[in-house]
Amino acid sequence: MRRLSPFNIVSLTLGFAFLYIPMLILIIFSFNESKLVTVWAGFSTKWYGELLRNEAFLDAAWVTLQVAFFSSTLATVLGTMAAYVLVRRGRFFGRTLFSGMIYAPLVMPEVITGLSLLLLFIAIGLDRGVLTIVLAHTTFSMCYVSVVVSSRLITFDESLEEAALDLGATQWDAFKSVTLPIIAPAVISGWLLAFTLSLDDLVIASFTAGPSATTLPIKIFSSVRLGVSPEINALSTIIIAIVATGVITASIISKRAITRRQQEEQAAA
Amino acid sequence: MRFTRHLLVAIPYGWLLVLFLVPFLIVLKISLSDTAIAIPPYTPTLDLSGGWAAVRDFFSQLDFENFVFLTDDDLYWKAYLSSLQIAFFSTIFTLLVGFPIAYGMANAPDEWRPALMMLVILPFWTSFLIRVYAWIGILSTEGFLNQFLIGIGLISEPLTILNTDIAVYIGIVYTYLPFMILPIYATLERMDVSLLEAAEDLGCSRRQAFWYVTAPLSRPGVIAGCFLVFIPALGEFVIPSLLGGSGTLMIGKVLWEEFFSNRDWPVASAVAIILLLILIIPIILFQRNQQAQREADG
Repeated sequence: MRRLSPFNIVSLTLGFAFLYIPMLILIIFSFNESKLVTVWAGFSTKWYGELLRNEAFLDAAWVTLQVAFFSSTLATVLGTMAAYVLVRRGRFFGRTLFSGMIYAPLVMPEVITGLSLLLLFIAIGLDRGVLTIVLAHTTFSMCYVSVVVSSRLITFDESLEEAALDLGATQWDAFKSVTLPIIAPAVISGWLLAFTLSLDDLVIASFTAGPSATTLPIKIFSSVRLGVSPEINALSTIIIAIVATGVITASIISKRAITRRQQEEQAAA
Repeated sequence: MRFTRHLLVAIPYGWLLVLFLVPFLIVLKISLSDTAIAIPPYTPTLDLSGGWAAVRDFFSQLDFENFVFLTDDDLYWKAYLSSLQIAFFSTIFTLLVGFPIAYGMANAPDEWRPALMMLVILPFWTSFLIRVYAWIGILSTEGFLNQFLIGIGLISEPLTILNTDIAVYIGIVYTYLPFMILPIYATLERMDVSLLEAAEDLGCSRRQAFWYVTAPLSRPGVIAGCFLVFIPALGEFVIPSLLGGSGTLMIGKVLWEEFFSNRDWPVASAVAIILLLILIIPIILFQRNQQAQREADG
């Protein structure tokens, strides 16, 4: 008896219009000839050209990609380890503190995380730059990875691992050939989540970046404070296009994987 | 073998101790230090090489001066109160906008749902900063909203929306909407529809069935969604600084300015500690709600 009432149709239409119209306007006006971003003056791709010639933006984009790649990879390794420890190793000394430290960064305001990490880097005399941003991003995104991976670990049958161990596999072999393939989709989505969180982060990066390293969000933020500019619209359009392609591809792939697994499970049964 | 097992715990544990717990303790320490015009701009540093005398000395130098300062200057009180107010009302508005969307999604035909889910998740993956930025062009005096309202003849003079609290509310509702929709949709989607059929068989109108069956059953999702909006909105920095005006007081912005503009690290740290104390209550309530839901599911 699920049926769409007129009220449902209206709220879906208005809701999705609210979510998407601002982004559509942004995309449309990135192709505007005029420098004035609110007045349409004809189609042009010149702002994309300007953007590609803007060295400061290109440098910032390169730094951002490096930071995102290294921090998300590191966060995936650490987060998967943390998830495995939390789900599979019953009790150990200091478990409560450990799980607290995994969940706390998820709800911690970014200004506090950023401030505290900056004070640490200064206290130990670490020069601020790409390395400090990577360390900062790894720390908060490993917690997201660990939540994503542990939700998958909880649902899967531990006896599969035990069977592998009974059949003579070492713990590492059992993890590599039984556990990892099963949790792989969660590990990959954890990596993607960590990557996007890092690409997106302004506040923590502003605290932990030194003068030698500026990320794209920092650059966007400082120019946006001066007002709307068609170059930023062009940049936003590129980012939206990349994210949309990524998310849609990832969801199609995971959907195929799920259907294939279901077919295999049916065949096995 | 045992060694690798220990290593598996030790690496992530050590990482979080050094990069999460220790920094936090440093903030706590600096919030209790004196401001000094120097680099770094605060005084006592714990020098362990000095032995116990140094430790005693360190503790004797700590004081609550910065916290006293926060209570003396009403800027901070106002900022805390106005953050709580903005976070609270924008959570209510997000619920009012998000619930009908989640409800519509749950009632949509099965084959539409993956696409609708995708449409809700997509903005969540797109840069937060860009989504806030998009509203600057819409809300400004010569922006699209004013052009539109003047165009249809509703108003004759452009409205000032950008750089006011209203723009902050719009920004929060817009950016946090997926966090509200997804948990509500999850509870509505799991709901047993035969309950609604039973209610209607027993003489309820569709509207009554909604209020007696759907609304109470969606409560866990509504609560989860409200916390997921309220907690981050309270410490929000980007939205008030891009959409809000000079009169918009939010604690995240105050902390940022204390740190970057005034370079008063001890006060910034004290602001951070109090923000955290305020957040602890909603965080614990949220954890309890999640725990209760997990137990109800399992």
